[in-house]
Amino acid sequence: MKKYSFLFMTALVLVSGCKSDVDFLDVKSTNILLVDEVFNDPRLVLSAVTDLYNRIPDLVKPSNMALYAAFDEAFASGDYGRHQNREYSYDDWNYWDYGYIREINLFIQRVDGSTKLSAAEKARFTAEGRYLRANAYFELVKRMGGVPLITEPLLYDYSGDVTNLRKPRAKESEVYDFVIAEMEAIKSVLPKTPGEKSRATYGLAVATKARAALYAGSIAKYGVNTPTVSLPGGEVGIPASKATAYFQTALASAQELINSGQYALYQKSPDLSTNFANIFLDKSGNPEVIFVEDFKLQSGKIHGFALDNQPRAITEEGERGGRLNPSLNLVQSFEKLDNTFAPLAINTGSATNYIYYDNPEDLFAGRDARLRGTVLVPGATFKDKSIDIFAGLLLGNGTFLSGDQLGQLKNVNGASVQVVGKSGPIEGYDGSAQGGFYMRKYNDPVPGSGQIGTQSEVWQVRYRYAEVLLNAAEAGFELGQNALAATYMNQVRSRAGLTTPLTTADITFDRIVHERKVELAFENHELWDMKRWRIAHIIFDGSNSDLTTKPGSATEPSTRVYSLWPYKVYNPGGANDGKWAFRKILSGRVTQSHVFRLGNYYSRIGDVIINNNPLIVRNPNQ
Amino acid sequence: MRYFCLPILLLTLGLTACQYDNFEPPKSTFEGRVVYKGEPILMQSANVAAGNNSDFPVFLELWQKAYNNRSSIRVPIKQDGSFSSLLFDGDYKLIVPNGQGPFLWKRTAANTPDSLDLTIRGSQKLDIEVTPYYMLRNSQLTVNGRKIAGSVQLEKVITDAINGKTVERVSLYVNKTQFVDAGNSINKADLAGSAITDLTKVNLTTADIPALVPLQDYVYARIGLKITGVEDMIYTPVQKINLK
Repeated sequence: MKKYSFLFMTALVLVSGCKSDVDFLDVKSTNILLVDEVFNDPRLVLSAVTDLYNRIPDLVKPSNMALYAAFDEAFASGDYGRHQNREYSYDDWNYWDYGYIREINLFIQRVDGSTKLSAAEKARFTAEGRYLRANAYFELVKRMGGVPLITEPLLYDYSGDVTNLRKPRAKESEVYDFVIAEMEAIKSVLPKTPGEKSRATYGLAVATKARAALYAGSIAKYGVNTPTVSLPGGEVGIPASKATAYFQTALASAQELINSGQYALYQKSPDLSTNFANIFLDKSGNPEVIFVEDFKLQSGKIHGFALDNQPRAITEEGERGGRLNPSLNLVQSFEKLDNTFAPLAINTGSATNYIYYDNPEDLFAGRDARLRGTVLVPGATFKDKSIDIFAGLLLGNGTFLSGDQLGQLKNVNGASVQVVGKSGPIEGYDGSAQGGFYMRKYNDPVPGSGQIGTQSEVWQVRYRYAEVLLNAAEAGFELGQNALAATYMNQVRSRAGLTTPLTTADITFDRIVHERKVELAFENHELWDMKRWRIAHIIFDGSNSDLTTKPGSATEPSTRVYSLWPYKVYNPGGANDGKWAFRKILSGRVTQSHVFRLGNYYSRIGDVIINNNPLIVRNPNQ
Repeated sequence: MRYFCLPILLLTLGLTACQYDNFEPPKSTFEGRVVYKGEPILMQSANVAAGNNSDFPVFLELWQKAYNNRSSIRVPIKQDGSFSSLLFDGDYKLIVPNGQGPFLWKRTAANTPDSLDLTIRGSQKLDIEVTPYYMLRNSQLTVNGRKIAGSVQLEKVITDAINGKTVERVSLYVNKTQFVDAGNSINKADLAGSAITDLTKVNLTTADIPALVPLQDYVYARIGLKITGVEDMIYTPVQKINLK
């Protein structure tokens, strides 16, 4: 009986099972959306473009902070490797993500082929795709020079022959031209919504155009100073004859944005330093910010900048915090309120002839308000608490007494005295303020931001109005319109409390460089600026030169990061008891001087890429 | 019985299986010097950071021919001009990449670095002949109190208008260890190229050497030449100097 029923069932399966293979296998998936499902629903297209936004390449950013300490802006308190390496690798900062570009090309093609999207939706999504693609090419050309310009998704025909997919590198100028032309084409399609900070807008397209043209112009102009940083095919290097046209484009675009009146400098808080810090913290009705990478608590998209940079004295998470210490090199660059430059007044002549201050923060008084908006100086408060930075006691006999634990107490002449700040600095103590300073820019003051389970939702600012003004000023300066340059620079400077306006005669290359250095510190500009001005190899020249005494000069070597350590005078009954003295320190962890080689101007294109596409020529000097 | 078999089987597998997986390590030493007419060219010492392949001041590249996907092997050059590398036997090409070294390397018609065929069958010594822009001759270092004075003669080797380069500066470097160069010095003296009137009489003197901590009554010094437009400097031999 059993046998019969088995046979019967087999027969049944054979007869019915194979009846329609096609229908049987064609089951609608419950967890995968197909291409035409996605591209026929505007909400799903928005998710797709969000993913592309999420993958915008930025080299230096709060959520990837190690590179902040790679140059001269900061000392890395805990990861000393960069301070102990001399050369930068030719592979550093390289980028070659054609997978991303292909997906953007596919996105544009699929939006175009969609049947259910309205014309307005199609236009905006396409423009956003084109913005992201041009932005990726901008990033590629900054890092690698001219790259193959692929604007269609390439298709492999499975013939075993890929030669038709191999494209040579475009000229560096052609990539910049592409970015500029794309911005020009899409700016009128994108919405004029200055309140929109996370998506491409009219303002962003114009700002990007100005920045790209300025970069191309300065490479054309200053490339003559490094004649070997070029390739005969123009893949690297732009002819000097093109400089003026690029600067004109940059100035015109920046002025277009300025005159549109859509954005303004952030001026909400009467305290100018707090006002400056709030540009990066205030997400409601911020008139200055143009484009950001946004973060949100409890959404999964958060970052740990506050966790890793909270002052150690007030840390919310055990041993975490204090990793990034702004350098004395940067701090002394902030000028005085009378528009002059001077190193910090810590001694008269010799290192032990201290100048004594009643409060540690008095040393920084009378300087550009952006200093204390960027940096937490000794004596400052954060989250309304003291950050307690001091390296030790300066005793009556001129010797120092310090400790090896944060906030350590020691017995001095029978009294128990705190001999080192709760934030340090202690040489080699990870997270202590070994540079003498902590970060304020991007550092989240919201309670809980220093906890691992909460972290920070401070956004990463990619474009803001002050940079547009500085771009306009620089382009104006390069075109010989110094009066115009002064007008734009003075707007940025008066917001920072430098109320004495610069005159036409004050506008020099050094001024342009300096203004960007202090206004845009830690905002992913330093490397690109140094590269396009072709001064990176002069500033990081490998010499173990001392900290410059001319902080206003653009070409002073700055190969090692210096620290400033405050000491509390402990001399009961003595003249200076309770006052503060300062020492300039070169940390023992800083053992090498940076050298930026000519081969570092454009990162190395890997052997794998060249094996796959022999049409790619190598970058110069590598 | 069945259960006894299993460990024996596993053991046999363990003892025999890996035999075919392992490569022999590279055993052939390829070493030599970078020379001009038999004299080594002295350069900056290699600051070798682990895991960072291109962190060498001056290096050669070897390309093994056996594979389709090629990737270079970088061979750093030491401060005495020598190099050494452990290689697999095989056929290689050797090049000096663009921008490396204070010397000129032959170029192809397509203006890429010319290559040198190299067959490695067992250890091999090979001096690589190059043409430096300048040679440093007859260097002398003397001590006077805590100042160090140096003199050197510059011999311009490449004199034609296309490839010839001018002197950017001559520098005297002093360091506590025998690694002395532009990146490793406690004291230095610079002389700009424009201040040099006679290439055969170049003299420099450093400032006073500061007190050394821990106490050390000797230093090392050598003179380097920076050529305009060339990144890597050429140096004289390192000399130990007693500060008495």
